[in-house]
Amino acid sequence: MILDIITYICIGIGCLLNLLAAIGLHRFPDVYTRLHAGTKCTTFGSILLIAAVVIQSVSVWVAEGLSSPQSVLTLHAVIALVVILLTNPTSAHAIGRAAHRSGIKPARAVVDDLEKEKP
Amino acid sequence: MWLPVAIFLAVCATIILIRLFLGPTPPDRLVGLDTLNTVVVVSMVILGAAFEELIYVDVAIVYALLSFVSTLFIAKYIEKGKF
Amino acid sequence: MIAFLATAFGTFLLYLLLTTASGPLFLWSKEELIIGAIFALIVAAIVRKIFPAENLRLLNPKRWFLLLAYIIWPFFPAMAKANIDVAYRVITGRINPGIVKISPKLKTDAGLTMLANSITLTPGTLSVDVDEETNDLYVHWINVKEEALEKMPRDYKYICGEFPDWARRVME
Repeated sequence: MILDIITYICIGIGCLLNLLAAIGLHRFPDVYTRLHAGTKCTTFGSILLIAAVVIQSVSVWVAEGLSSPQSVLTLHAVIALVVILLTNPTSAHAIGRAAHRSGIKPARAVVDDLEKEKP
Repeated sequence: MWLPVAIFLAVCATIILIRLFLGPTPPDRLVGLDTLNTVVVVSMVILGAAFEELIYVDVAIVYALLSFVSTLFIAKYIEKGKF
Repeated sequence: MIAFLATAFGTFLLYLLLTTASGPLFLWSKEELIIGAIFALIVAAIVRKIFPAENLRLLNPKRWFLLLAYIIWPFFPAMAKANIDVAYRVITGRINPGIVKISPKLKTDAGLTMLANSITLTPGTLSVDVDEETNDLYVHWINVKEEALEKMPRDYKYICGEFPDWARRVME
């Protein structure tokens, strides 16, 4: 019962964060600020949604015993989460670096040290 | 419980796809693609829990790794103009 | 030799995690164990030249516990705060962006990688580029504060707090 409530809270916040990421891609003016929305919100939303899956599977797993298919589901969901956590910031870094080296200036910037030192 | 979540994630993916089509510069499109990949991985895990199909979660792991490599290669192409 | 064995063991462990509940031998079948060991040795032999021996300090279990502590206490709350911050900026559209240079004075690539990933996932900052000679980071900051712009390598206390000290403690 309590586990169900925690699951619904995780699902609600996770869905809201994914929607915020999608809207942020349209609200922000340039590549770098869009990367902020697209990276942070989807990463934390993935953590919460996969946590919801893991909570439900573990409760079934404990009820059914060690060799149920839910144990495999739990482990693989956790591995998928670790893969997302490792790869998402790295690809954001690659996109930002590629964007700056191909000559895109940050919009409405008050300071740009990278432009001054390595034009 | 899981199927409405998957439908909601599909709506989010559609909104991101609009950015993928509109994006004025190539890095904008790449940001859209990267975000879309994460949403697709999460919805695969959710669908695996919804239908109790373990193979969906395995496909999600492989998709996450391969989309990471493809993002890195497209970023390298944007940076240098060639591979 | 130690690097080779550590790589083989890590690969074998990952293979075992991916094939749980496949047979009667405490969770795995005999065929899976044999083929996993063979593949682990092959992979370790292939990547032997890529993983140099100076990374052996990461095998110390104390660093793994420190990394776990880092993820639980300063990192996870910062990540939650980052999402509230981004939500606020998506809804109001109030941004004041800029790219600033910080010099965290880290020596190794592992520490710099950990710091850059932490910076990307924590409030208002995103690592854009790295100077490979002096290990300086260029950070895109969504809400630039005026008092941080006085010195030339900017003071990292305003941008990423205590994270460079943690990266030094865990990885170096």
